[in-house]
Formats: sequence, C-alpha cells, structure tokens
Amino acid sequence: MNQIVLGVGSGVLGAVFNLNHPAHVVHWHFFEMSVSNIVVILLMLAVFALAIALPFPGAARRRGGAS
Amino acid sequence: MSVAPSPPPAKTSWTVRTREKAVEALPPEKLLPDGQPTYVASWIYVFGVATIASLVVIVASGVILATKGPAWWHYTGIGHFFNSVHMWAVELFFFTMVIHLWGKYWMAAWRGGRARVWVTGAVTFLIAIPTALTGYVSQQNFDSQWISTQAKDAMNATGAGAFFNVTNFGQMYSWHILLFPIAVVALVAAHVLLVRRHGVVPPFVLADAPRSAAGAHSAGGAHTSDGAPR
Repeated sequence: MNQIVLGVGSGVLGAVFNLNHPAHVVHWHFFEMSVSNIVVILLMLAVFALAIALPFPGAARRRGGAS
Repeated sequence: MSVAPSPPPAKTSWTVRTREKAVEALPPEKLLPDGQPTYVASWIYVFGVATIASLVVIVASGVILATKGPAWWHYTGIGHFFNSVHMWAVELFFFTMVIHLWGKYWMAAWRGGRARVWVTGAVTFLIAIPTALTGYVSQQNFDSQWISTQAKDAMNATGAGAFFNVTNFGQMYSWHILLFPIAVVALVAAHVLLVRRHGVVPPFVLADAPRSAAGAHSAGGAHTSDGAPR
C-alpha cells in the first residue's frame, strides 16, 4: 500500500518536475553553477530579506511594555 | 540511636568543584530562562532554533536509516520515504543555518564577549560540510559513485586522501553516522550553552533612534551598544 501511494505521488511530482535529464547549468565567463543551486541561493536571500522586513507577531505589544 | 550529620563536601572533590563551577557559569535561571529580551521578537532570531529543529529530524531519520541499511532505503517505499526525509532535512538544515549565519554576521554577534559563541557556530558550519559530503558518498548508488570519484582528486590534492578515502564506503559511512555527528551535536550543545551564558546578542543601537525603541528589554538585563551586559 505504501509503495502504491508513494508511486502515485512520485508519478504526479514527476509530471511537474521532470528530473530525467542532465542538470541545467548557468555558464557565464568564469561563473558556472547549476540552476538548482542558484534557485536555492536566491530563495535564501529572499527569506533573509523577508525575515528582516516582516513584523514578528506580538513584537509591537512587547516593545510597548505589556509582556 | 542517632545518625551523625554528614560532613560538608570536601573542596578537593572533583565532582564538587565541577558542580560549583557549572552552577556559577550557568545558574538554573540562566540555563532555562522564562523570558527573552524584546529585541528577540524578530523573524531573524528564529533561524538558529530552526536549524536545531532540522538537526533533530536529521538525527532521527538517520537513526532509522542506519538500523535498516542501504537495501531498505533503496528498494522499499518506506525506505525511500525516510531517505527523502533525511535528505530534505539536510537541505533545510543548511538553508536555515546559512540565514542564521548571515543574520549573526551582519549584527556582529561576536560583540560583548561572545567570541566563543561565534567560533563554535562557525566551526559547526565547517564540520557540517564534510558531514553532508560523507552522506552523499554513502548513498550506495551512481550519485555517490560520481561524487566520490570527483571528490577524491580534491582530497588527494590536499593530502587528506591518505587517511580520508572518499571511495571507501565503510570508512565514509563510519565518519557519517558516528564521528561527524558526535562533533556536530557536541558543538551545537556548546553553542547553545554559550548563548545561554552570554545572552542573545542585541541589535546595534542606532545613534538617532529613540532610547526606548532601541534598548527596551522585558528580560535579560540591559546591554551596552557592543552587546556586553551592563
């Protein structure tokens, strides 16, 4: 049963993300990096910026003195 | 019949000396505080604990993989599942650890006598890299074969290949499931205890910011602009 469920799941994911090919690579002069690594780095930068910019729930109340 | 009271513990006992030093360095209210400074109420401060949460999932899924073995994680559905949980937990571990590193770098988290906090964190990051590498070369598939044959040249170029053979599955597996995890978990434990001892580093105080906004605390005590406790 588990194999059937996982098999269906991987089939659905496989239809969306086809991984049956060599990795896509960005190559510009000396710079060479796989697209997947670039995506992860850009995601980290985006999450870092959001972590600084977005207000934390309850932060304003705590700074106001009511903790 | 009366029982004579036991004499006070001798100062020469190493257990007494160790206990007294431990309590002096980390009294219970500092080890397990019931509040944090108000500046900790920011998303940038959650990535350290997110890294530890990822590490817990890595260790738990790794224990299951180690008890079942390569045939299980390659040829059964549930084995594939735990193999994937382990791999994605590692992705999340590095993802959150790098954001934690960036946040602490830009707030100069070594301020206020926190050099050892910074160093234990940095060394943990450096040890985590070969921990992941030894995991990739322990998969027992074409991916691990490709990575190990690529990595061996780098290892040989540094001279480490003489005692660190990335094409030797048994050796790499031992490093991956025993030696490196012990180092990572011990360093993380030391890192957390040092954070408890010195407190979470405060943000920089802006020169023109209102004092109440920049330096308000609900717990944890006041700090100078370099993060040292007043």
